[in-house]
Formats: sequence, C-alpha cells, structure tokens
Amino acid sequence: MHNFNYHRASDVAGAAALLKDVDDGKLLAGGMTLLPTLKNRLAAPSDLIDLAGVSDLKGISIEGDEVVIRAMTPHAVVAASHEVATAIPALAALAGGIGDPAVRHRGTIGGSVANADPAADYPAAIVGLNATVVTNQRSIAADDFFLGLFETALRPGEIITSVRFKNPSRAHYLKFRHPASGYAVVGIMVAQYASGVRVAVTGAGPSVFRVSAMEAALDKSFTPKSIADIAVSADQLMGDIHCSAEYRAHIVKVYARRAVEALTA
Amino acid sequence: MGEFAIGQPVSRFEDPRLLRGGGRYVDDMSLPHMAFGHVVRSPHPHARILKIDTRRARQAPGVIAVLTGEDWLTSGFGDLPTATGKKKRDGSPMYRPKFPAMTVDKARYVGDPVAFVVANTALEAQDAAELVEVDYDPLPAITDTAHAHEDGAPQVYDDCANNICFVYQEGDKDKTDVAIAAADRVIKRRFVISRVTAATMETRGSIGHYDKAADRYTCYTTLQRALNFREELAETLRIPESKLRIVAGDIGGSFGMKSGVFNEVGLVLLGSKVTGRPVKWVATRSESFIADAHGRDNVTEAELALDKNGKFTGLRVRTLYNAGSYTQPGSDSGASSNVGTLAGVYMTPAVHVDVTGVLTNTNPMRPFRGNGRPEAAFVIERMVDIAADEIGMDPAELRRINMIPPSAMPFQTGLSFNYDCGEFEKVLDEALAMIDYKGFEARRAEARKRGKLRGIGMSYTIEKAAAPGYEGAEVRFDRTGSITLIAGSVTQGQGHETVFKQIVADRLGIHPDEIHYLQGDTDQVFLGEGTGGSRTSALGGSAVTSATEKVVDKARKIAAHMMQVDDVEYADGVFTSRKTNRSLSMKEVAKSATNPRNVPKDLEIGLNATAAYHTTRQNFPNGCHIVEVEIDEETGVATLDKYIVVDDVGVVLNPLLLKGQIVGGIAQGVGQMMMEEIRFDPDSGQILTGSFMDYAMPHAEIFPHIDIKSMPVPTKTNLLGVKGAGEAGCVGAIPAVANALVDALTHLGVRDVAMPATPERIWRVIEDAKRGQTA
Ligand SMILES: Cc1cc2nc3c(=O)[nH]c(=O)nc-3n(C[C@H](O)[C@H](O)[C@H](O)COP(=O)(O)OP(=O)(O)OC[C@H]3O[C@@H](n4cnc5c(N)ncnc54)[C@H](O)[C@@H]3O)c2cc1C
Repeated sequence: MHNFNYHRASDVAGAAALLKDVDDGKLLAGGMTLLPTLKNRLAAPSDLIDLAGVSDLKGISIEGDEVVIRAMTPHAVVAASHEVATAIPALAALAGGIGDPAVRHRGTIGGSVANADPAADYPAAIVGLNATVVTNQRSIAADDFFLGLFETALRPGEIITSVRFKNPSRAHYLKFRHPASGYAVVGIMVAQYASGVRVAVTGAGPSVFRVSAMEAALDKSFTPKSIADIAVSADQLMGDIHCSAEYRAHIVKVYARRAVEALTA
Repeated sequence: MGEFAIGQPVSRFEDPRLLRGGGRYVDDMSLPHMAFGHVVRSPHPHARILKIDTRRARQAPGVIAVLTGEDWLTSGFGDLPTATGKKKRDGSPMYRPKFPAMTVDKARYVGDPVAFVVANTALEAQDAAELVEVDYDPLPAITDTAHAHEDGAPQVYDDCANNICFVYQEGDKDKTDVAIAAADRVIKRRFVISRVTAATMETRGSIGHYDKAADRYTCYTTLQRALNFREELAETLRIPESKLRIVAGDIGGSFGMKSGVFNEVGLVLLGSKVTGRPVKWVATRSESFIADAHGRDNVTEAELALDKNGKFTGLRVRTLYNAGSYTQPGSDSGASSNVGTLAGVYMTPAVHVDVTGVLTNTNPMRPFRGNGRPEAAFVIERMVDIAADEIGMDPAELRRINMIPPSAMPFQTGLSFNYDCGEFEKVLDEALAMIDYKGFEARRAEARKRGKLRGIGMSYTIEKAAAPGYEGAEVRFDRTGSITLIAGSVTQGQGHETVFKQIVADRLGIHPDEIHYLQGDTDQVFLGEGTGGSRTSALGGSAVTSATEKVVDKARKIAAHMMQVDDVEYADGVFTSRKTNRSLSMKEVAKSATNPRNVPKDLEIGLNATAAYHTTRQNFPNGCHIVEVEIDEETGVATLDKYIVVDDVGVVLNPLLLKGQIVGGIAQGVGQMMMEEIRFDPDSGQILTGSFMDYAMPHAEIFPHIDIKSMPVPTKTNLLGVKGAGEAGCVGAIPAVANALVDALTHLGVRDVAMPATPERIWRVIEDAKRGQTA
C-alpha cells in the first residue's frame, strides 16, 4: 500500500467537495474491494474520502412501490431487513448470499454498484428489478448504468446516494458460486412486472446483461418449459480456469429455468 | 489424574491462549531496533539475469541495505543444502542443482528471490523494492510434469539432460513383469495428481538477529524441526551449530511446507549481519502463493494384474514426479519414502514402482500432508475400484478377498513395508455396517427420484508412520514440585502440549496446570528431530513416557529412603509401602529431592530426567473411509452427503485431538480431489492461481457430519502402542471421494473424473458419456 491522505466526510456535499479539491481522490465505502487493490499496489490514490460517517447514506425505506436502499448500507443489513424480505424476498436472499459474513458486514451496496465487478451479485438485482441508481447529481435507469467490465455511467466525482428497486409481482435470484471466490459464476434474477418479465444475468459476461429471448418467452407463458430450450451464446461470455464460457452458458440456461420453477412450484 | 489420563478427550490446553489472540507467531514478535526486509522476486518462470541495478533503491527513504546474490557470496555464506542420495537410471548420481539463497545468473521460477531490501519499516522496504531494476532475458519455461522429460522441452539446467533429476525404483521388476505377462486380466490406467499448496494460516516468516559482540546468530522462525533446521542452516552459513540459535513460536500450520530451511531465513540473517539490526520478513498471502514450496504433482500409470478369481497377482506403477526448480533435503522424498503405500492392505505378491523426478520451472517442492502416501493410496484404491467395476465384483468384496489376514502378520509386502499388525477385514466390516452399505441401493433410488445421482465410494488405506528415528524429552521438577517439560518435537497446531501434559499427568500425578511446556528453542531442547510423518505420538510420546519412567525410578528410591523401607509401590502419583502407613506423593518427593538428607548417598540430588527414545521400526496406521455423494446431473455439482471413517491408529491418547486430525486431513483430501489446484499457464509459465480468488479451498459448509470410530490394534513398535494419525485422514479421503464420484456416474458410462473434480469437469464427463465417448 502506498501512502495516502485520509478524510472522513460528514455529508455528501462535503465528500463531493473534497473529491473535487484533491489530486486523485477515491471514495471509501466498505473497503472490501478498494483496500485489497491498494494493498496489492494496483492503485495509488492520493486521498481516500471515507463515507462511513455520512449518516444520510445509511438505511432502508419503503417509498410507494419502491424499496430504497441507501448507498452505505452493508449487505448484512439488507439481508436481515424485514422490509426488504417482505417487499422483495429475492433481494434479501441475494444480499445474504454475497461473500462471507465479514464481507457482508463491511461491503456496501454503493460500493458494489460503483465498482461494477462482472461477478458481483447486485448488478443482477439492479437490472433485474429495474432499479434506479440515484447519485448526488441525477438518477440513472438500470439499463443505462452498467456499461461494461468495471465500467458504469458514473461521472468522475459522482457519488451514489441510494438505489431504488421496483417491487415486482414475483422474483427469484439463483446463484452459482465460484468455487474459490464465492462470487457469482452465474447469478440470475428473474422478475415479473405488470409491464413484463426481466431476466438479468451477472457473472457470466463482462457486465450484467438481460436475456431478451427468455423475457419474451416468459411474457407469453410464465412456465419453466417456455424457456427450457433458450440458450445464450458462449461467445460473449467469460471463462476462467474453474468455469469456461461454455459451461457458464449452460448454467445460465439451467438456472433460468430453475428460477422460474421456484416461482411457479 | 483421571480426567487428564491417557485416553481422555482432554480439550486443548493451548486453545484459550491461541483463540484469544495470545499466540506468539513470528509476526507478533518485535525486537528492539528491528528493521524489515522485502524480497525482490523474479516475475519470470525462467530468465537469464543480465544486470541488477540497486542504486535507486539504496537511495530511497528508510533503506538501510539492498542485497543481491553477489552480496551473499561475498559474505562467505554458502548455498542451501540440496537433496542427495538418489541415482539416475544409468546409476550415476542424481542431479544436484545449486540452491542459492538469492539467484545470481538465472531465475528458475516465478518467485525466485533475486534481491533483498532492508529498511526501517516494512512499507519503505516494499516501496524501495519497486526501485530495484533487474534486467531479465526471458527464456522458454517448462512447468508441465508430463512433458518435462521430452526431447526439446526447455532445459531448467543446461547440464541436466531432459530435466531428469533422479530415478527411484522399489520392488521386484522381473517378478512383476512376469506376473503381469501371465495374468488373466490386466487393468491399466493413467492418473494426474494435481499440485497443491499448503495455504497455512500463518505464512512463513523469520526474524534474523546477529549479535556481533557474541558472534552468534538467532533466528525466530516458522519450522517443523528445530534442531534439524539449525543443522541445515549452520551448514548454509558455514558456522558451527553452537553459534546459531533457532526459536520457533507458535506455528500456524505447516503440513510439511515449512519443514526445510528456506531462502528468506538466510536473507534475514545476512540482512542483520550487514545492518547490525534484527531484520524481520513475513510473507504476505500473495507472496506465499508464488514463493512457498508446493506439494504432490505427479503423473502415474498403473497396471494391476488379477487372476480369474479376482486375486491381485501383480502391480506395476510408473510415475513422473515434478521435482520443482530446486531440490532440498527431503524435497524428493515424496517420490520415494512412501511409494510403499502402493502395496496397500493386499497380498499382491509382485509389485514394482519406477519414479522419474523431473525438474521444472515451478516452485520447489516439499512434503505435503502424507508426502507421497495420499498419491500412492489414491492410485491403488482407484485401481481396486476400477478392477471391481471391470470384473463385475463388489468393491468391498474385491478388497476383502485380497486383504492380508491378521494370521499373516508380520507381513512383508511386495514393496518396502513390513506390517507388524492390523485387522483389516474387521475394520472393513465395521465400516460397512456403520454406513449401512447394504441399504445403499435404496438410497440411490431415492436420490434418483429427487433428480440426484448418488454414489458410494470407499478406500482402505494403510501408510507408514513414525519412520525410524529418535526424539528427546526432558522432565525437570523445580523446588515447589511443579514441572518444566521440554520436548524435541514442535507443534504446528496439532496439540503436542495437550497430549504430552496428559502423559506426564497420567504417569507422574502432577496436575497439568503445574506443568510448563517448552519446545522449539534450540538453546533449551537437547535432542529431537521434530514433527512430521505422523511421528510425534509414537516417538515424542515415547520419549516423554521414557523420561517419566526415569523420574519414577529415581523417585521410588528417594521415597524408600525417606520412608525408611526397602519395597515401595507406585501408583497414581503416590508411593506406598506395606511396611508403613506413611505415603509420599510424587510432588512431595520432588520437593524433598534437593535436600541431600532425603536422598540416598549413591544418588544425585534433584528430580529430573532426560530421555532419548529411538526406534528402528515404523508403525502402520490403517483404516476405511466410506463416503456418499450426490451429483446434480444437469450442472455437475457434487455434494458430500455422508462420511464415515473406521480407523486403527493404535492406542488413542486423546480421542478429541485424534478426531481433529482425521477431520482436518479429510478436509485437505477433499480439497485436493474436488477443488484445489495450483495451475500454471502452459505458455507463459505464470501461476494462474495466485490468490484465494482463484485457488479454491474447501469451506466447512461443504462437509457433512463426519462419523469416526476407532478400532485400535496396538502396535509393539513404541512404548505407548500408538500409530500415527496426522496424515491418515488425508490419505483415505482422496480415493474414497474419487471412487464415490465415479460410482455415481458409472451407469452413464463414466469411468473416471480428473482431479480436481470441479463441477464443470463432472458436467463434461457426463456430457461426453451421454454422447458415447467415455472419458
Ligand atoms: C472475499 C470477498 C468475497 C466477495 N464476494 C462477493 C460476492 O460473492 N458477491 C458480490 O457481489 N460481491 C462480493 N464481494 C465484494 C463486496 O461484496 C463489496 O460489495 C465490494 O467489495 C464493494 O463494496 P465496498 O463497500 O467494500 O466498496 P469499496 O471497496 O470501499 O469501494 C469500491 C469502489 O466503489 C467506489 N465507491 C464506494 N462507494 C461509492 C459511492 N457511494 N459512490 C460512488 N463510488 C463509490 C470506491 O471509490 C471504489 O472505487 C466480495 C469481496 C471480498 C473481499
């Protein structure tokens, strides 16, 4: 780890101002991704601006047909939240399946979403549950937020303040855990809305993606059978020594069907 | 000492301290004025070093010294000791590459040390290390075991043709060739046993301290064998052992990996000598992946010959063993010391093994829990299952008809092992009853209804423990009648303190709270080889026992003198005599023993004893593992559903610790079989599994309850009747799990699953089988 200056922000505006002032500043949320990156010397920011003291960024609320989770809410809090479990049980389950207990108590939704790790779980929830990512500057629709591998629509200096998830009529998340890291090899969110079904896949590709063929088939008939034969192409997927692209494509197909089975059983 | 007696499930005395952060690992230790070292390592698997420029690094803030291999050479220190004793196929001596603490001419694996930066803080050392400029000329690299000996493969050493380091053979070649040629049936199979890393909780580390005034070196370090470590290091530094003190703290796991002297130990001592300050180095986790010694890694072809009744008539095994980039004493033992395990618990009259050790551009090797035992056990126990499948016999039955009966003991196998005792069939029957073997098909059918493929697999393995050697122990009573107990063996987490205190409490009637346990400091320990190869209960335990016997002998004479009688009995820590109603406890005798009045004239005063125990006969722990797995046919995900073990590890000193050893061993075996693997990119030679994000460790959640039962057949090869238990779990687990996985898939036409059997690999063999291509 290289040396850096440490700041503790007390509100979002203050954090934004600091970010602008310093040379090469980085926001610090749970530190579960950022700190290992610094320790391995893969990044050397001049300043870290810790959001842990910003009380505005913590908590969960239900607003109309939306579940609003503020950026600094740790995964463990989402997993244990009665409000979330009641409104969108699939979201609570997703949060409860991230990493291990230590990671769930430190890692935050804001940090996870900003980081846009291709194997992270939350992106499947953001896109599958048609969420809005709210920042200190604007609101960004889920479909516009994730641009690619570790790439989001966030502008330099932009701070995520909350994520607003739309309540589906039903939704289910299934994850195939990576044997080493525990991240998603494939994470699939199937959610049904009056406006249509959304199928979002994380882990398999360089960034979260929707499977429109499955969505169309499920719109017509919400049964496991209707998507049992719909495959995604392995060409755009990722592979590593544990799971090839071909295997990931296979798991997407099987897990999508199983998610629908779980919802229709 | 009823509750602490031998055989009681005494919970570990060391745990409250270790669990509450009271441990003293290398990184917990600080010496006054201590500086910190950072190793500059080769990023290339194979490269010529053209130039090392340390100027910029030397000028960096906080830097005290930047050392290279040239500095090592001019300091007068020598190379690290290397493996010796084996031969090549033509009878000439094995190839012995030099093992420098820092390489000068060539780097031979990713992680090979090339420079060492010493600074005021660890951070400054790390910063400056980035400024060391090394000019490399990359060379083609070979990491793959199977191809290293082929013509045209990159040469790790220019003068070592085809990278062949040594050839090791055991058994009767001619007899085996004849048996195989004449057999009714020969089963042939190739196995690749993957390379793994120990991933110890405490990474390697050392603090070196050269005391110029006393001209003496002290090294606080992670190790398994304090006195052997001192011997090897003294040889490296070219100093007498009296000028070197080695101190081990608590050691957070080793499994063989820390059993040799490693480069960085030399570097901190050189650093201290040059700077005049103590120097600490502790590996980061990332550094451990690239710089620790690895284990296993072989490619084996086996042929098992059977007669028409299913009796084994011959076994022929040829192995390519990856010897890594450098050798060390013991680093080649995985290729030789335990190939005897291949004979198994069977009567097979003719066995021959031929192992070729090949050098590669990979990390040096060390023993890893079992050191050749698990590899060999895997081969024979897979072969038995494959044979059972091919001849259509139940695998338990095939094992039974080939087992060595107790009446044949002692039994000389077709390889080097000579078994003293064992009741294999009895243990097998108990295991079959425990898992309800007969009821399995019903469980398989029930699983099928849930869409799961259920399989059952067993192994019956036997291995050598406590190879011929020695161990020391010392019992010192002080004047209040409490004890300092000093052992030659060193724990890396096994619980020596607990078991040794139990033995002393049992034999001398002193409460464990009044026993202070010491180990791992060469200034305190007079004799001992350390811990490894499942030897400590048998050898260390016997040494402690022998020391207590000497104490009792002397105390008996003192007690008789004090009670003024000539016949004294001793039981449960108390001396009595039929001639008087006076009695004396061991503690009372000990308290009185420094007063010359209480001691017979012909005896020295005081009550203490040292014991050196040695044996020329190893023992043979054995046991049966049976496991049931379920496989998700669509995804290839396998889960362990049921796991039982019946073992014979001789007399059980502490069932709680025994179970801990077996369970931990099983976890490592399951890890090897199902997920762990060190992988190198075949083209670049770079390690692909350099962190826990890529190197998969087994987590507690994947294990079912493991049911363990002991059926001891005491051995006469040591004072306590114990057999080794440290490696047994790992040895039995790998083949048992493999057999269960294959059994679940046999009906599809699957005949094997490569190690590690990841979900994708299992899915692929299922898919291939369905397409009619057997793996
Ligand atoms: C061992 C391990 C296992 C894991 N397993 C999983 C898993 O299974 N599934 C999974 O989804 N994740 C997993 N994670 C990731 C973890 O859950 C966190 O979500 C992730 O590390 C980022 O969250 P954080 O709060 O720690 O962010 P940090 O590490 O603090 O920050 C990450 C990045 O986001 C930026 N950032 C943080 N907050 C904001 C904000 N409010 N606005 C804008 N930018 C911001 C930071 O500047 C930084 O660039 C794992 C992590 C570890 C270490």
